[in-house]
Amino acid sequence: MAEPGLEVALAARTPIPLDLSFRVAPGELLALVGPSGAGKSTALRCVAGLHRAERGRVRCAGECWFDSEGGRNLPPHRRAAGLVFQDYALFPHMTAAQNLMAAMGHLPPGARAGRARELLARVHLAGLEDRRPAELSGGQQQRVAVARALARDPAVLLLDEPFSAVDRATRRRLQSELAGLRRSLSIPILLVTHDLDEALALADRMVLLHRGRALQEAPPFEMLARPASAEVARLLDLRNLFRARVEAHDAAAGLTRLRWGERLLEAAHAPHLAPGEEVDWLAPGAAVVLHRRGRPSVGERENPVEGRVVEMLPLGDEAQVTLDVADPDGHTLRFSLPLHAARRNGLAPGACCTVSLLREAIHAMPRRAA
Amino acid sequence: MDWTAFLLSVELGLATLTLLMPLSVWLGRVLAYRRFPGRGFVEAGVALPLVLPPTVVGFYLLVAFGAHSPLGELWQRLFGHGLAFSFEGLLFASVIVNLPFAVQPVQNAFAAIPPRVREAGAVSGMPPWRVLWRIELPLAWPGIATAAVLTFAHTLGEFGVVLMVGGSIPGETQTIAIAIYDRVQAFDDRAAGVMSAVLLAVSVLALGLTNTFSRRVGRQRADG
Repeated sequence: MAEPGLEVALAARTPIPLDLSFRVAPGELLALVGPSGAGKSTALRCVAGLHRAERGRVRCAGECWFDSEGGRNLPPHRRAAGLVFQDYALFPHMTAAQNLMAAMGHLPPGARAGRARELLARVHLAGLEDRRPAELSGGQQQRVAVARALARDPAVLLLDEPFSAVDRATRRRLQSELAGLRRSLSIPILLVTHDLDEALALADRMVLLHRGRALQEAPPFEMLARPASAEVARLLDLRNLFRARVEAHDAAAGLTRLRWGERLLEAAHAPHLAPGEEVDWLAPGAAVVLHRRGRPSVGERENPVEGRVVEMLPLGDEAQVTLDVADPDGHTLRFSLPLHAARRNGLAPGACCTVSLLREAIHAMPRRAA
Repeated sequence: MDWTAFLLSVELGLATLTLLMPLSVWLGRVLAYRRFPGRGFVEAGVALPLVLPPTVVGFYLLVAFGAHSPLGELWQRLFGHGLAFSFEGLLFASVIVNLPFAVQPVQNAFAAIPPRVREAGAVSGMPPWRVLWRIELPLAWPGIATAAVLTFAHTLGEFGVVLMVGGSIPGETQTIAIAIYDRVQAFDDRAAGVMSAVLLAVSVLALGLTNTFSRRVGRQRADG
């Protein structure tokens, strides 16, 4: 039966190893994130038909584009995919409008100019139809590239690091434009990015890739709060990752006790972890609450941890504090708080303080065999 | 001024272009985009006329045109006369010796098109022939024009190979370059001087026009 959306399963050993599968529903934006060389762009090129995986399947809007078992592999021009390249790859000898019209082979010639004007207006480029790419700024070129990708009325929109070639201010503006544009699109959108913030800002779900393998698939904020493994946490550049052993579960109280060095911690209930199992656990910055000096604080008895300030970095209105918490592996605990709060509580290198680690936010995960 | 020889040279130049340009666009594009075993040797073969003495190229062409060679025999059977010392033979030789002048600029022009731009054509829904027509040829155009001008100018000036395979038959194989040599041998310095000046002027004009043209196209691409 015709399945709406995009369905991808890819496997390959060379030249870039791939082993992943994902689906993107119509109107949904899925981000493929991961370090350089993780295989994100290759996966995207496989969807567009610019690269052929050894094995796998690509189906879009009920149509089979690639099926290694059935021996089917449609060439790129027969796959209704709009692709925005990292460097835009505009046709340098054509004007903005001609760039779009070149992608409108499916429309009668008479209808193309009007449709090109309409699409360019939609990406805020009205009046620049007759400019060549070299006469446009980086941000304008990116908008032409997005409009050209939409010009063939694609069944899926593919974005390959579309914001990496512009400055920060332009990037933010383009990202918010894209967020607006996608509300009017009812096709699946696949975004490849190495920029986690970009995925957070735009994606409904994200897939974290490493060496061609999908390590986790989840909504962005969920992945940040509950990474599937320490490897995921490291790739997401999450701080406050420690090791512990599962002591016991307390289903009635909805918590799991962890033995962390000399300390006993209460963490969110994680019944899938066996008592005695070595685990990694994560305390997101938001889970660290500083105890006020001399006055009792709310939640003071929740996982109190004493530490000594190693470093305090003022970052604008915030202070980033690094605590030595006598972790057996020597890892430090890092959190941020308003600068004035840090000053009022006398936080400075060498000072001692106590923090609470909020039970519900402590996330324990199984150790991966290295 | 020997107009017969001059016109013969022009005719040879135009005929060479007609045969060679489609071949070079095809071969230059294949060499620019395809990876296949033996590619290095094909490129070497194309460049060979640049480094071999014209007499050596001419000698092998003469052998290939000979009545006992398969090509010479076939030609004799089809057209009733041999290839050596004929205009057709000269044209054949001209195509061979001009290969590097035609293929290399075309190959470089195709290779200079960013791969992503060609891929963008494909993901914009263009079938390969349309990508060639709408994207590749317009972008490679300055290189193709350069190849054509170089080929034409080089054909007018080719001497050694022409002498070897064509001899010097007025109206049939005596090109302007040969006619100049002929005039010098006959101590007719005036005629040799005039013809040399014409050849010089044509070459300077051709090269000047190509350079101006490709620079203008380059500027258009850069800033519109």
